[in-house]
Amino acid sequence: MLLIILLGLITSCLLVPLGKYFRSGRSVFLSLLPAGLFAYFASHLSHIGAGNIIYESNKWVPSLGINLDFRLDGLSLLFSLLITGIGTLIFIYASSYLKGHQYLDRFYGYLCLFMSAMLGVVLSDNILLLFTFWELTSISSFFLIGFNNDSTVSRKSALTALGVTGLGGFFLLAGMIMIGEIAGTYTIRELVTSTAIIREHQLYPVVLGLVFMGAFTKSAQFPFHFWLPGAMKAPTPVSAYLHSATMVKAGIFLLARFTPILGGTPEWSYTLMIVGGITMLYAGVHSLFRTDLKGVLAYSTIAVLGVLTFLIGLGTKEALIAASTFIIAHALYKASLFLVTGIIDHQTGTRELTQLSGLRKVLFPVFIAGTLAALSSAGLPLSFGFIGKDLIYEATLAAGPQLAVLLTIVAVSANIGLVAAGFMAGIKPFIGNLPAQLEKVKMPSAAIWLPPLVLGILGFVLGSLPGIVGDYIISPTVQVLSVEAVEFKLKIWHGFNTVLLLSATTIIAGTIVYFFNKPAISKTVFLERFNRYTPHYFFEMSWGAFKRFSSWYTDFMHNGYLRSYLIRIIVFAEILLVYELIRGGPIHIDYSKLIPISIHEGVNVLILLGALYLTVTTTSRLTAVVGTSIIGYAICLMFVFYSAPDLAITQFTIDTLTVVLFVFVLFNLPSFLVIPNSNKSIIVRDGLVAGSFGIILSLTAIKVLQVPTEKGISEFYGEFAYSLARGKNVVNIVLVDFRGFDTMFEIVVLSISALGVYSLIKLKLKTSEKE
Amino acid sequence: MKSVILQSASRYLLPILLLFSVFLLLRGHYYPGGGFVGGLVAAIAFVLHSLAFGTAETMKMLQFTPLSIIPVGLIIAAISMLLPVFFGLPVMTGLWIEQPIPVVGLVGSALFFDIGVYLVVIGVVLTILFTISLETH
Repeated sequence: MLLIILLGLITSCLLVPLGKYFRSGRSVFLSLLPAGLFAYFASHLSHIGAGNIIYESNKWVPSLGINLDFRLDGLSLLFSLLITGIGTLIFIYASSYLKGHQYLDRFYGYLCLFMSAMLGVVLSDNILLLFTFWELTSISSFFLIGFNNDSTVSRKSALTALGVTGLGGFFLLAGMIMIGEIAGTYTIRELVTSTAIIREHQLYPVVLGLVFMGAFTKSAQFPFHFWLPGAMKAPTPVSAYLHSATMVKAGIFLLARFTPILGGTPEWSYTLMIVGGITMLYAGVHSLFRTDLKGVLAYSTIAVLGVLTFLIGLGTKEALIAASTFIIAHALYKASLFLVTGIIDHQTGTRELTQLSGLRKVLFPVFIAGTLAALSSAGLPLSFGFIGKDLIYEATLAAGPQLAVLLTIVAVSANIGLVAAGFMAGIKPFIGNLPAQLEKVKMPSAAIWLPPLVLGILGFVLGSLPGIVGDYIISPTVQVLSVEAVEFKLKIWHGFNTVLLLSATTIIAGTIVYFFNKPAISKTVFLERFNRYTPHYFFEMSWGAFKRFSSWYTDFMHNGYLRSYLIRIIVFAEILLVYELIRGGPIHIDYSKLIPISIHEGVNVLILLGALYLTVTTTSRLTAVVGTSIIGYAICLMFVFYSAPDLAITQFTIDTLTVVLFVFVLFNLPSFLVIPNSNKSIIVRDGLVAGSFGIILSLTAIKVLQVPTEKGISEFYGEFAYSLARGKNVVNIVLVDFRGFDTMFEIVVLSISALGVYSLIKLKLKTSEKE
Repeated sequence: MKSVILQSASRYLLPILLLFSVFLLLRGHYYPGGGFVGGLVAAIAFVLHSLAFGTAETMKMLQFTPLSIIPVGLIIAAISMLLPVFFGLPVMTGLWIEQPIPVVGLVGSALFFDIGVYLVVIGVVLTILFTISLETH
């Protein structure tokens, strides 16, 4: 399974050198990758459908509890099939949609990476691994959303999406770690058995909040929904992929995955129902006010995500069946609607509902696809959407006497909005009279209109034969979610009952809303008046404030004078040290432990003091350099006296090289700053900073002697240097063996600094280029 | 600064200092020394040469830019770090050849790691010093 997940990653790496062969029409062959993966997952249908779970485990970082554990159960199979199946169609569609694009190979690289990451999220059995892939989806979707990187708006919306989902990921990581610490394991398989510990832990509400933050930002729940409409700046295949089956469903997946671990409590249920309810009503109403086709679809997607969150919150068996079914139904019709929108945009050059009509005369197959998708979205009998909608009403009606009525009303009103939105996006552009300027619209190639048509037809095939989906996918999924075997059958016909009545009401009301709600620019303008009160506005404001703060801070800290950098660093270190010294209590000097000063030490200190005086009082830079190097050598001697030969040699060579360096740059330095005696305040300030630093360091040194030291580490090194690393020089053993990683990174840092110096000096900017 | 005494001295000091730096490198596992100090001493040897003859002359003698030593060192260190993985051991496990090699003694992966450090240090120091001295006249 590891290979299956990494296949996309490998392909995307291979596209870096081989990309130039896939910039043309040949790119359509890349769709073989998702198609092959789809076939792989489909071959597991009967096995998983029987309620089995396939596990696979590989070691990665066992010491941190991060392992490459994967599981293929009903839930992951459902998502994997959507990701690869819709992925295949998107890959085919994009090869035609972005035909001739300069960076088509890059696009496919990002797409493969994203697909890989999504598969990783749904197949992980380790929550930290899941998080790793989760972040990878955020990053790869950033590149996809910002694919048109020459447009400012596109870059900005990609950054917003990354900012919001990245922020959520940060909270999610904290939540995951807390879960792992409470339960003592990061494996989902083991977490499912220790749910009681987590639910009864006092930090459970915190954990819940953190996980919710992750899911809500990713799945665009109110008030984090605003990144999703912005992400519509992406090329349409991306929107179709991200917003129908993958990216935004990852949050829903997360909630579903954690249902057996965290779910079932009042906190879980009410939070999800309230947030989901607000989201679906807010977005359902919003979608009716949009005139941009993609805007309509974006808000209806948010509404659907609200419905799903709401259902998972409800958490009953019926609700979980409804949620899993609706995920499939929505993925099919929403991907189709997005692709239809893409074709309209591609062929006519506009997505404005007010300008589009009568397109059935020129784009007939697209019209069929759009109509099928819209009807499935409306939930007409025989469509898969019908079954999804029925199950939702069944779930809300079964929610208990007090809640049933309220929840059903909420669900029906949100669905009415969805019906109208579906009609607006899938049918509206095709009916009516064809305006003169659209008469010359041409039919695109089959690669571009077949995918939405396939999806539209599939919606009706599955809707007529719901048993297949029900037995092989929905029932193992629900079994995973509720941790027990569930017996049910998906049926087309339930008889004449309340549910059917509600369905009919929804469709009729939705149609009425559709006819009375004429898209008009004035409505969008009307909505813009409320912009000041939206979460998006708040986000923009805090983003701007943050940027202003950082530029102020940078200007304040980086004024370009070495002396002020030094003063700031030293004063900061002083504050920290003084704080520690005061916290540590009074300082005693144990005179009995001190050894007498020998003559050579005394002489050495005198030399040091003399050199110090020379350095501070001189008016020549060369003398100052010589003075400091004498101080350095004197310190070397100290190291020698106190048996630290390694330190002494190193310090000695470094000192020598520093002098050489000074000599090299001496003539290029600005003139030596001699502070006139009249300017006493600077001298006093510098003297105070330097003097106090010396005193504080000395006090720290004395304090160190006073604190009983923990010798565990040094004793360990001393004891095992020879037996484990076969060396007698402990200093060197620590450098190359025990803490070899540190050394490795240190030499990397050294190399980077050398490169920095090299390029800074070699780079001779012309005056005109200096800014 | 062209001094005949310094030039003649550095002509003999260069090989001696280089030899000393290799000595420091090799003995590091048992006695004071090691790749870092060894690299610094080797760098000083070249710097001394450049002070006597001029940096351009030293560069001519070296025949390669100091910058190119850095990746060589990094690669050697990285290989010695990753080598145990191919034997199924965790990264950075010390590997040793059981038979002592004449003069050098026991040879293990740590030695190669140290050689990597040695080369990186020479490369870094010479790159910084020589670039500055060549470009800032």
